[in-house]
Amino acid sequence: MGGLFTPLSWNDTGFILTGIMNTILISGVSIFIGTALGVMVGFARAESNKVVNFCLGSVLDVLRSVPLIIQLILFSTFMGVMGSPLPPFVAGTIVLSLYTMAFMGEVFRGGFESVQNSMIVASRSLGMTYWQTIRYVRFPIGLRSVFPAWLGVALSVIKDSALVSVIGFMELLRTSEQLISRTQQPLEILIGVGIFYFLISYPLSLYGRRVERKNAA
Amino acid sequence: MIKVQNVRKSFGDLEVLKGIDLEVQKGEVLSVIGGSGSGKSTLLYCINAIEKIQGGKIFVDDIDVHAKATNKDKLRQKLGMVFQQWNSFPHMTVLENVALGPQVVKKIAKEEAIEIARKELEHVGLGDKFDVYPTKMSGGQQQRLAIARALAMKPDYMLFDEVTSALDPELVGEVLDTLRLLREDGMTMICVTHEIAFAREVSDQVAFFNQGVIDEIGRPEQVISNPQKETTQSFLSKVLS
Repeated sequence: MGGLFTPLSWNDTGFILTGIMNTILISGVSIFIGTALGVMVGFARAESNKVVNFCLGSVLDVLRSVPLIIQLILFSTFMGVMGSPLPPFVAGTIVLSLYTMAFMGEVFRGGFESVQNSMIVASRSLGMTYWQTIRYVRFPIGLRSVFPAWLGVALSVIKDSALVSVIGFMELLRTSEQLISRTQQPLEILIGVGIFYFLISYPLSLYGRRVERKNAA
Repeated sequence: MIKVQNVRKSFGDLEVLKGIDLEVQKGEVLSVIGGSGSGKSTLLYCINAIEKIQGGKIFVDDIDVHAKATNKDKLRQKLGMVFQQWNSFPHMTVLENVALGPQVVKKIAKEEAIEIARKELEHVGLGDKFDVYPTKMSGGQQQRLAIARALAMKPDYMLFDEVTSALDPELVGEVLDTLRLLREDGMTMICVTHEIAFAREVSDQVAFFNQGVIDEIGRPEQVISNPQKETTQSFLSKVLS
């Protein structure tokens, strides 16, 4: 010991676990908020007229087209310049949630539009109001049909959350970078991180594929 | 009683109903026949206010259907409707499909709504399908489910829009049998149909629609067995040949 660099040891477990927990936390919160907003945006787009649709669509297009890493740096720098810097977790969650919303919005729009008009007429003819029809018929049918697509977006958000490291949030990638600069063992650490992402994503994507097959049958 | 007075309906420039008059008394069955595009389905959609009208009036039990002040959702509870496409809700079991209306619209307690659903399903011969999902059933069964779903709202009138047209021929009979059953129960019905023999058998009145007007209306023995108008004769000879 006593050198500049110290090798990886069991004492680092807590540090790595913090990174893992933070990755799960920021992904989970962003997927949750992004999904909730995405349902609203998707519904608004499926229901509203051309003007609203065009405005909403343009905003979403920007969010989807500008690389996430640029949005993150831009937003957190902007808040800093404005004199109210946000903690990395908050800034990261806001940007990642909106980014998620932009993709989820399209997913849900497709789902709501896939519910046939005749189905809606049938439920209105039972005496259900516009909102009752949405709650009991349109939403459940629309949401169910998009589950595989939803899962796909959610998985990519988990992976994209690694980018939040650039604004200083201590998620898995950032903790690993710090460990790497101390231990100089990039190979072992990055392989470990890669395996972690794989272990989260792969089973979920298998599950999504299974649901998709079941829906198709 | 359903009263239709000089009703006009257009889709854009296309006038599909050009002044329709008719009356259906309580307990009566009216069958509406005619070629496709003659406006017969549109009339049903106008009666339960799914489509707006541009002229005339429709009364259901003296309620002016298209008056601004009329609560259309409330009105539709009086009018059960079954469509060419059965539109069963795929995310619910058969029992839940039927219980949904009473539960959500009439705010009936769940147990009671389920009880109503059970009775209606048994009535249309689906007593063994309670927990099945509708997509696992045949078209005929799904159409009977749609009838039970409408009946569970205890409507005073039933509107049938070509309910056998999308069915495989061997499944038509079971749905027509269900309609006969309703006829025996004394249900007031308007049936838009291509089943001429059925219309002759169950109807009190038959109306022949041709290009947005009623060319002939009256007892089935007259309109179907002994039509007076040339248009009716030529339509019948085409569908019956």
